[in-house]
Amino acid sequence: MSPGRVRLALAIGIVVLLEALVRFGVIDRFALIPPSEILWDLGALLLGGAIWPAIGKTLTDVALACVAAVVVGVVLGTLIHRWRPFREALDPLFAAYYAIPVYAFYPLFIVIFGLGDVPQVLIGFMLGLVAVIVNTLNGLDRVPRVLIKTARAFRLGPVATAAEITLPYAAPYIFTGVKLAVAYSFIGVIGAELIMSRTGLGYEIGFAYNNFDNAVMYPLIVLVLVVAGSVNAMFFMWEKKLLARRRR
Amino acid sequence: MTDALPQRALGTALLVVALLACWQALFIYAGASALTSPLDTIAYAAQLLGTASFYPHLIETAKAFTIALGFALAFGFLIGFTLGLHRFSGEVGEPVLVALYSIPKITLYPIVLLAFGIGMPAKVAFGAIHGVVPIAIITLAAVRNLNPVYLKAARVLRLKPWQITASVLLPAAVPEIFTGVRVGFSLTLIGTLLGEMFASQRGLGFLLIQAIGLHNIRLIMALTLILVVIAVAASTILLAVDHRLRRAY
Repeated sequence: MSPGRVRLALAIGIVVLLEALVRFGVIDRFALIPPSEILWDLGALLLGGAIWPAIGKTLTDVALACVAAVVVGVVLGTLIHRWRPFREALDPLFAAYYAIPVYAFYPLFIVIFGLGDVPQVLIGFMLGLVAVIVNTLNGLDRVPRVLIKTARAFRLGPVATAAEITLPYAAPYIFTGVKLAVAYSFIGVIGAELIMSRTGLGYEIGFAYNNFDNAVMYPLIVLVLVVAGSVNAMFFMWEKKLLARRRR
Repeated sequence: MTDALPQRALGTALLVVALLACWQALFIYAGASALTSPLDTIAYAAQLLGTASFYPHLIETAKAFTIALGFALAFGFLIGFTLGLHRFSGEVGEPVLVALYSIPKITLYPIVLLAFGIGMPAKVAFGAIHGVVPIAIITLAAVRNLNPVYLKAARVLRLKPWQITASVLLPAAVPEIFTGVRVGFSLTLIGTLLGEMFASQRGLGFLLIQAIGLHNIRLIMALTLILVVIAVAASTILLAVDHRLRRAY
């Protein structure tokens, strides 16, 4: 059997087991509802239509945070790479960055920007940004000297060198940063929504939890996991395709 | 190394000064109703560290974090070594681990709360959930990338699985595994704090969410500063150990 089939079989097995455990009362229905009912409730929720604004809001925020992190991260990474002392000063910050609980800044952002979308997008952006910068730097470090010499021989300016030679060479490394930025944007936005917000999927999950509304909470959790999982899987496959083309 | 050290210290000092300057500028721009100035925050943080009622919260968080890290390391190593040694299990399990790494685990907090109730177990579980996956992924990669000759030699010597792990795998993969420990450390800390924000009546995370509710900006800023200093200090030490291990091997 291929690994993929084993994974599928395992997943089905776990779902069936959970279903059985809840149906036979081993797990309290108060704690978990059967997977089949979750699926049914999810269908009802999506057809009901009331949840779509929340879905749209969360996905928009995630996309904004992610795109901003990637664009700003690549630009900053390229600039930092060019100026060595600056980079040496920033390196310890990058290394320690992910030890900082970014959510601790969320209350601050709410105070500064109000309880709109901005604080949540900012949290997602902050989580993703450094991953993109670090991976851009990592990729640019690996550009062979001969390519840079070629750029010089063609008298390319710094912008043209970055756009036509160094960044394309570093693309696979930058892509690792992009994948992380996608994951971190989801984590940041939905986490921030859960802590405090007025709309969005994170807010709806928190609201349902506080009202012991398992028939809404579990479908929404599954929805978030499925959406985040499929977006990540999409990027994973896109990367594979890009790498395959490169090898040819 | 001896020449580079003062220069690097200078760079770090400049960085800290630049960050403080940005903070001060933001303070002047946004005003006292949004945030407190660097000096005021440091003074209040020092005052906070001087009050006796602060320490039970700090100790509570430290306790929850230590237990969570213990669980994350134990399960992370167990998963990493098992999947790393058994090729087929690794092929089945690795994409699952990577997928688990990228999902927003914070959405699982209601499930954790329903399973563990409010209090220490929920915090620990939440911290461990965040830390275990990266530790497992990095350990798995470290074990798989080992020189196969080591394993063959161990098999020729007819070592038992635990002997192989203790006297061959662990020493050979230590530098990579330590990187996993470092990453797991950070994420477990974040997870524990998040757990405290949602599922606790004590701890730094609880103080933070309470300060948000009361709109107590001074307390929010001082707590954030204390957390950032602790996190950066711990991660700098771990990073130094990491570099040393890599050079030694």
